[in-house]
Amino acid sequence: MIETKNLSKAFQDFWAVDDVNLDVEAGQILALLGQNGAGKTTTIRMLTGLLRPTRGWAKIDGRDVVAEPTAIRSSVGVLTEQHGLYLRMTADEYLDFFGRVYQLDADKRKKRSDYLLEYFGLARAAKRRIGEYSKGMRQKLALARTLIHEPPVLLLDEPTSAMDPESARLVRDEIANLRSSQRTIVICTHNLVEAEALADRIAIIYQGKILVNDNLDALKRKVLGSPEYEVLFSEDWDFPESSLPKGVEMLSQEARGFSFRTSAPEETNPLILRELGHVNAPVLTLQKKQRSLEQVYLKVMADAQGQGGLQ
Amino acid sequence: MKEKLAPVWLLAGRELRDQFRDWRILFPLIVLTFFFPLLTNSFAGEVIGFMNRYGGDLILDRLVPFSILIIGFFPVTVALVVALESFVGEKERGTIEPLLSSPLLDWQLYLGKLFVGIFFPLLASYAGISFYLVLISHQNLNLPPTMQILQLLALTFAHSVLMVSAAIVVSTQATSIRAANLLASFIIIPVALLIQGESILLFWGGNDQVLWMATLGVLMLAVILIRVGIAHFQREYLLGREVDTLNLKWLGSTFWQEFRGSGSTLWAWYQVQVGGALRRLRTSILLVFVLAIASSVTSYVWVSEIAPTYLSKMSTEEIGTMVDELTASGGLTSLNENVSFGYIFSHNLRAVVVMLILGVFSFGILGELLYIVNIGVIGGLLAGLQYVGFSAFDLFINGILPHGVFELSAILLASAAVLYFGAVLITPSPERTMGEVIVVSLADWTKIFVGLVVPLLFIAALIESYITPGLLLNVM
Repeated sequence: MIETKNLSKAFQDFWAVDDVNLDVEAGQILALLGQNGAGKTTTIRMLTGLLRPTRGWAKIDGRDVVAEPTAIRSSVGVLTEQHGLYLRMTADEYLDFFGRVYQLDADKRKKRSDYLLEYFGLARAAKRRIGEYSKGMRQKLALARTLIHEPPVLLLDEPTSAMDPESARLVRDEIANLRSSQRTIVICTHNLVEAEALADRIAIIYQGKILVNDNLDALKRKVLGSPEYEVLFSEDWDFPESSLPKGVEMLSQEARGFSFRTSAPEETNPLILRELGHVNAPVLTLQKKQRSLEQVYLKVMADAQGQGGLQ
Repeated sequence: MKEKLAPVWLLAGRELRDQFRDWRILFPLIVLTFFFPLLTNSFAGEVIGFMNRYGGDLILDRLVPFSILIIGFFPVTVALVVALESFVGEKERGTIEPLLSSPLLDWQLYLGKLFVGIFFPLLASYAGISFYLVLISHQNLNLPPTMQILQLLALTFAHSVLMVSAAIVVSTQATSIRAANLLASFIIIPVALLIQGESILLFWGGNDQVLWMATLGVLMLAVILIRVGIAHFQREYLLGREVDTLNLKWLGSTFWQEFRGSGSTLWAWYQVQVGGALRRLRTSILLVFVLAIASSVTSYVWVSEIAPTYLSKMSTEEIGTMVDELTASGGLTSLNENVSFGYIFSHNLRAVVVMLILGVFSFGILGELLYIVNIGVIGGLLAGLQYVGFSAFDLFINGILPHGVFELSAILLASAAVLYFGAVLITPSPERTMGEVIVVSLADWTKIFVGLVVPLLFIAALIESYITPGLLLNVM
């Protein structure tokens, strides 16, 4: 649905985006992570045809963003970094205006506007000037604008940045709903928990280059190494490293347990459990250690900065 | 077409509603609309009273058309802020990106803003003029003839469209409201000068049609400005630049790269750079050549027709002076003994540079006008001299052709380059910003100037100062 090949953008001699290759299928969510100024917004702007690539190309639903910008813009919903709301309008006027911009008929405009205002809890404030809205309400209204024409592709720049936890949850639920209706979504975010909860694929961009781009499990394996497991005892117990099967690496050992890494848990973990049973170890649990996207992100960024930027 | 225009009205309607909700726009407009006619009326009365006290013979009625012109102009200058901040204001408020990300076409966005920009100034102007007309009719003053009122209303409309279209161009190119407001003086001052010229036409034009012609001229310029605005409207430019900086280094290097090219020898430069520029100028050269023929023939025919009536009223002395003046401006400067090579060369160079300067500020139009007048004078001169007894053919062969082959070619090339400059400016160029287009076009003009015009004018001046006088003496 979204495909880019060597997508690059230079501003004079500064490459804001450099050889970005993306491939996002229908019904997938891609989270684009990176520091401020890494090139996320520039990438989004190229995908909507607002910026002309200096090199490479981008296609949405098979259409080139440079050759067919109007068709692309009709099928894409963009939540911009700034809300971009007209503060003297009321929320229903605002959604009606953008409904007209996207050429929806009156019935459809009314239906979509009412639904979105209701969904985001703005129905009671629909007749109030947007200037009177809180930051979170504005963010929700901007998201409603993005969804007014039910676009098959959504490009969302920080969709929950200004929201309270309840509203952020609401938005995340809506994004998940949209994915299940086969929409293609790209989210630029600094919220790693959100990215972890929503994204099918995660791309980390640094100084205009994509450093990694894969699903979360694959990224964890690639970046953090093989999965880690932890054994806890109900009382102090000494389990010698030599008892571990071949190919298992002991990571740490304490009185009440130990942790290890294995590249083939299906084979090694039953052997470890058998050995623990054989020596009557007081095993409380054996569980996979949770590794977060944050660890992946920080490791990738640390490596990139350590290497002066690039993989 | 109706469907395509619907988004234009949609955008304009939204913005109009927005403006009507902003007391900071409405309040000064309302105050100015009604206060300024009162002020003008009272001031005009005072001036007339003062003049009459010292033996002047003025009556207030004569000033009414002029006052209408001024009352129409003044609110436009204030309401211009709406147009000036149309794009750059939305950019600063962050509301431009959702619009630019929508399927609206560039021209729909542009025209939507243009209509809103024109609506407010025009509303204020017409309200002010109406109020003023009511005011003077209550003072038992004579209203101007209906046709003149219509002309003044049309002229006010043309001023509004011109100023607003210029302001919208500024708004798409500026990167902050502050910069746009500062640039507004480049719109207001020239239009104020234009109005002074129109006032002269109003008081001493002597022809009912002259104001219609002025209106048409102003509207044509406005249409060109609108065309320029749409041609160089770039979504990327609106979003891509955040800071106002004058990058002299970039300007210099872009100009030099474009001017010099990659050739290492003078011959290579002529072949690639000058040759390339000439190829791009082909259509312009053809056009200015046709213009030259048309203006010479027209002036020849016109002078042949009016010369008997005109010259019969003049004394021999006056005819002599006129012949001297005409010969000086028509390329027969060598008849004057005081004219040297240096004078001719520098005079012609100056004329070419003036043509460029005028052309740069008018999309080539004023440069071409100067060219047409210059070339046209030759036809008129030959017709005039033929009437007083010389042979036009002999004069042309001996007095114009020898140096004219070089001089006229040089002026024709320079003029074609100016015309091309204007044409490029009003042609869409999605790959380049307006600044790049201007720099590259100026580099093209400079190639023609340095590579061809200067050498040709040099040779022409040599011939005109050392060879043509001898040839002319044989026939005069």
